[in-house]
Amino acid sequence: MSDATQERAAEATADATGNGNRAASLSLWGDVWRQFVKHRGAMAGALVFIFIILLCFVGPYIHTIDPGRLDPRIGNQGMTWAHPMGTDNLGRDMLAQVMAGGQVSLAVGIAAMLLSLILGAVIGVLSGYFRSLDGALMRLTDLFLALPLLPLLLVIVLLFRDSLRTAFGPEAGIFVLIVFVIGITSWMQTARIVRGDVLSLREREFVLAARSIGAHDHSIISRHIMPNVLSPIMVSATIGVANAIITESALSFLGLGFPPDFPTWGRLLFDGKDFMTINPARVIWPGLMISLTVLSVNFIGDGLRDALDPRQRAR
Amino acid sequence: MLAYLLRRLLISVPTLIFISFIIFAILDLAPSDPTASLPLTIPPDVREQIRQSLGLGEPFHIRYLKWCQQFFVNEPLNLIDTWMGVESERPRILSWATRSPVVDLIAERMPQTLWVVGMSYVIGVILAIPLGMISAYKQYSWFDQAATGFAMLGFSVPTFFTGLVFIIVFAVNLQWLPSVYDTTHVVDDWDSFVYQVKQMIMPTMVLALFNASQISRFVRSSVLDNLRHDYVRTARAKGLKERTVLVAHVLRNSMLPVVTVIALGVPTIFGGAIITEQIFRVNGLGQLLIVGIQSADIPLVQTLTFLFAVLIVLCNLIADLLYGIMDPRITYE
Amino acid sequence: MTTRRLLLSATAMTAAMAALVAPAQAERGADGQLNIIYWQAPSTLNPYLSGGTKEVESASMIIEPLVSFNEKGEFVPRLVDEIPTVENGGISEDLTTITWTLKDGIQWSDGTPLTAEDAVFTWQYCTHPEGGCAQASYFEGVTNVEAVDAQTIKITFSEPKPFPYTAFVGSESPIIQKAQFEDCLGAKAPECTTENFGPIGTGPFIVTEFKPNDVITLEANPNYREPDKPAFGSVLFKGGGDAASAARSVLETGEFDYAWNLQIEPEILKQMEAAGKGKVVVAFATSVERLHLNQTNPDPALGDTRSTVDGGPHPFLTNPVIGQALSMAIDRQLLVDVGYGQAGRVTCNVLPAPEAYASTANDACKVQDIEGAKKLLDDNGIVDSDGDGIREFEGTKLSVLYQTSTNSVRQGAQALIKQWWSEIGVETELRNIDASVFFGGDPASPDTFQKFYADIEMYTNNFSGVDPEAYMASWICGDMPRPDSQWQGNNVMRYCDPEYDALVKEMARTADLAERQNLAKRMNDMLMQSYSIIPLIHRGGASAHANSLAGVLINDWDSELWNIADWHRVK
Repeated sequence: MSDATQERAAEATADATGNGNRAASLSLWGDVWRQFVKHRGAMAGALVFIFIILLCFVGPYIHTIDPGRLDPRIGNQGMTWAHPMGTDNLGRDMLAQVMAGGQVSLAVGIAAMLLSLILGAVIGVLSGYFRSLDGALMRLTDLFLALPLLPLLLVIVLLFRDSLRTAFGPEAGIFVLIVFVIGITSWMQTARIVRGDVLSLREREFVLAARSIGAHDHSIISRHIMPNVLSPIMVSATIGVANAIITESALSFLGLGFPPDFPTWGRLLFDGKDFMTINPARVIWPGLMISLTVLSVNFIGDGLRDALDPRQRAR
Repeated sequence: MLAYLLRRLLISVPTLIFISFIIFAILDLAPSDPTASLPLTIPPDVREQIRQSLGLGEPFHIRYLKWCQQFFVNEPLNLIDTWMGVESERPRILSWATRSPVVDLIAERMPQTLWVVGMSYVIGVILAIPLGMISAYKQYSWFDQAATGFAMLGFSVPTFFTGLVFIIVFAVNLQWLPSVYDTTHVVDDWDSFVYQVKQMIMPTMVLALFNASQISRFVRSSVLDNLRHDYVRTARAKGLKERTVLVAHVLRNSMLPVVTVIALGVPTIFGGAIITEQIFRVNGLGQLLIVGIQSADIPLVQTLTFLFAVLIVLCNLIADLLYGIMDPRITYE
Repeated sequence: MTTRRLLLSATAMTAAMAALVAPAQAERGADGQLNIIYWQAPSTLNPYLSGGTKEVESASMIIEPLVSFNEKGEFVPRLVDEIPTVENGGISEDLTTITWTLKDGIQWSDGTPLTAEDAVFTWQYCTHPEGGCAQASYFEGVTNVEAVDAQTIKITFSEPKPFPYTAFVGSESPIIQKAQFEDCLGAKAPECTTENFGPIGTGPFIVTEFKPNDVITLEANPNYREPDKPAFGSVLFKGGGDAASAARSVLETGEFDYAWNLQIEPEILKQMEAAGKGKVVVAFATSVERLHLNQTNPDPALGDTRSTVDGGPHPFLTNPVIGQALSMAIDRQLLVDVGYGQAGRVTCNVLPAPEAYASTANDACKVQDIEGAKKLLDDNGIVDSDGDGIREFEGTKLSVLYQTSTNSVRQGAQALIKQWWSEIGVETELRNIDASVFFGGDPASPDTFQKFYADIEMYTNNFSGVDPEAYMASWICGDMPRPDSQWQGNNVMRYCDPEYDALVKEMARTADLAERQNLAKRMNDMLMQSYSIIPLIHRGGASAHANSLAGVLINDWDSELWNIADWHRVK
């Protein structure tokens, strides 16, 4: 039996048994949730994350200044009641920009991170577990690692920008493009790491035992392999968010991303860097927001990992 | 293992040729142009002549095959000729922007890149391993929290920002360190060595911070995973010293993902650090690459990226071999 | 003869130049090392192979033209004693030849004499069909360059040339040594790496080491014609990085003596200057930051005929009233204040200099008038009829896509202009494009400034030298970028007026200087009143030098390093 048919068979049985397992998995997730709530770091991270989301998405209804409103006469102001985070050199309100920028940066950061994580994890697990796929998938990884990023981006933008624009509208189109671009150019590290771990896990006693009692590949992967590669995946997720937020700003700066009057955290930080000595608020706030987001994602990841770890749960 | 190695090396050849073709295609498709950086006062017909003189008039496949011939045949033969002391006549790969041999440009940039970027990687790894280990061993202690905070700052704050902060603090305000890297500097005595160290500190530290923060996270998570395994309990139960347990058992078993990350990182050393090299004007391979991309210097970018691809393939191969050595359960048939 | 006045003024300039010789200094090389930083690094030292400003300016320390321009845009003889005119017989009565006589006793840095043969060779080198010479336009219309004798160069043009000071004039057209480049003609030019990286010249410095895209080290030329110059014994010319940090290395850390082209927000520059280590100097020539209003229809639905004459005129930007309203809504002074500071001046002309060519007919634009713009649109029936805040013209919403290259100052200007236009009921979508693509001219890319797949675009253009004839000829009907010309062409906004074309032809025939100035002004005014170009800012070059460096006369007409032989340390 070839690997492909084996896989299909595995999927079929998994589908057949899937419904029966639901009751058990419900309680599993309940268990995970209880563990997660107990994890102090994770809860702190989650609270900070929720606060950032509220600030970015609800904040603009309270602090109603238009982030694009220019008034150079009030440029480079420090913190005032009217402008709690000061203004930039063209007189735009920093708080309004940080909030508006956060909506974009958070969406791009999380979506691109998820895309690259899913791609990386799937490719890593498949090539680590199925020897027949390993060669081809890893050569593909080598190829993606070797591609020159900037010219590649220029080509992707050239080929897809206009069609995405017509399909999704200017802003949603660029959002899809950016998430796609960041996702497909940053999954390789996760894939290589996951594959390395899977290569070793595949030969562990518990996997051999599972296989010897006739467990299908599908269930071995989901029950035995995946929980054990969660930690590197969580680390990749944290790095991925930071990476996506910063890459997005580089893309916009090069004119490959959002229009120039569209603030994002990375862009605010980049535009503000030369004003650092005149008005430190311009770099501190966006920088702080990026760091806090990354930090909270990290702690949430830690908590999730601990909560999903059967050994930890049993303790 | 040897058979596996040979097979992998053999597969690498078509893989690399395929990669070189894809890179060439991307560079050719990309909408940038070698005359873009010229002043607008140079009229369009002169620009067209310049493009023709660069060989852009020829069809895509001819240009690709020409590059292949120059890279795979002429350059190695020329190298042999130089060793034998013979004057060689074969056409070399010429950069469009500088009109000089690309291979010479790369050789000229090697030293500063290896010094600065390489050193930062070494420092990063040396910092990251103990940092990650202690963090994991004392999970949720103040040390772990501090290290986590440091790491998060390290990779969430981009190098264009940290580099600038360093310059403003150490070069402008304190005036301790030079903000511009002098590539003509020659180390021949103690004083010049001190100057070399001084000019390397800022770019190296900016990069090391970034590298250390990423790698330390992988070390920490991997060590954490391993600490929970039964063999650790067994080793402790046997009465082994804690240090032996940690170094001989846990560290060795935790190195798998770390090796992967380092193997992925080594080629990037040769790729240079584009932003950091720009900020401090180290003008190494990263700066060469970005200048090449900006001026659409296809022969230069193609050659650099391809050498980079060779390193990636090699390093990943080495990592795969190391897996087998570190974890004997991993076998390649 | 009507050329007399031009020639008289040229003679006057020659005389003025003689007075401009700097006071005598101590001795050659006495002032040690000069550190220069250019944030773009030169890729070669042969300006004929790469026409970038960084290459031309770095090479200008080594190789020289016959004549330079000074900071006022006047001629300065370098390798000749006087400027040829019809009066002194240097220019033939029929204006088809110009004859230059080399100064006595000028030597190349290798000690061999400079002869007319070198100039002849330079012409052959640059006009070789396979060479891809970047400065070929300097030799346009030149049918022959001959060495009458060792000292005399005679240039012949195919037709009367009212302004024959092109070949070998200005740093973009220097003389290279025949003996060195003899084997580098045509297709062989790029293979001469040693020659291209270390040209032998007559200038004040010679190359000791050249690292492409990185650094040049130079030392004083022992055979330089003025025995006490240059004051500096060596030069370190570093490249790379960005403008802000280049400025910092001169103004704040003091590591460098001179930094070039500091296009940075004015408040940052001012703060750096306050550190007291150096000062910012500015020079103006002909650069104008402008908006081009697409006269053809860029609607994507038109497919291949998009932004071409075949696609039809623009639905509303061909109407000068709308262009005028857009122009009136802009506060140019504010754009200068936030983006350019002392390196920018408000202008209402696309041809702002030289002084004698600048029109004063359009100066009303200097003051912002939003109410006036609104009234103008209202009076012409261009109103918002559906209440969405955006006016319509003949059923089309005044909604524009406004593109430019990526550059933080430009993005600031874009944002401000968008806001002003929204106040008069015009909706704007902004786009910025990486400069290597925008200015790249790749016919396959939709984002080049020539293709102009947008309604409005902004960039800076200028002309080199002091004669605007070729520049003003940019906007003739036949020079539009079109698919069949591979989208090459200078008439980027697709302006077409037979009357304008006639003026261009007239200028090519006119030799009288006053009449040429008059024609240039008329052409400028025609363009301005069509509102197909909206000039914004007359841009200067800003550089910074250390307080300890004296002799810098910053110059935007020629290389900024044109008088580097006179630079010296303040004692």
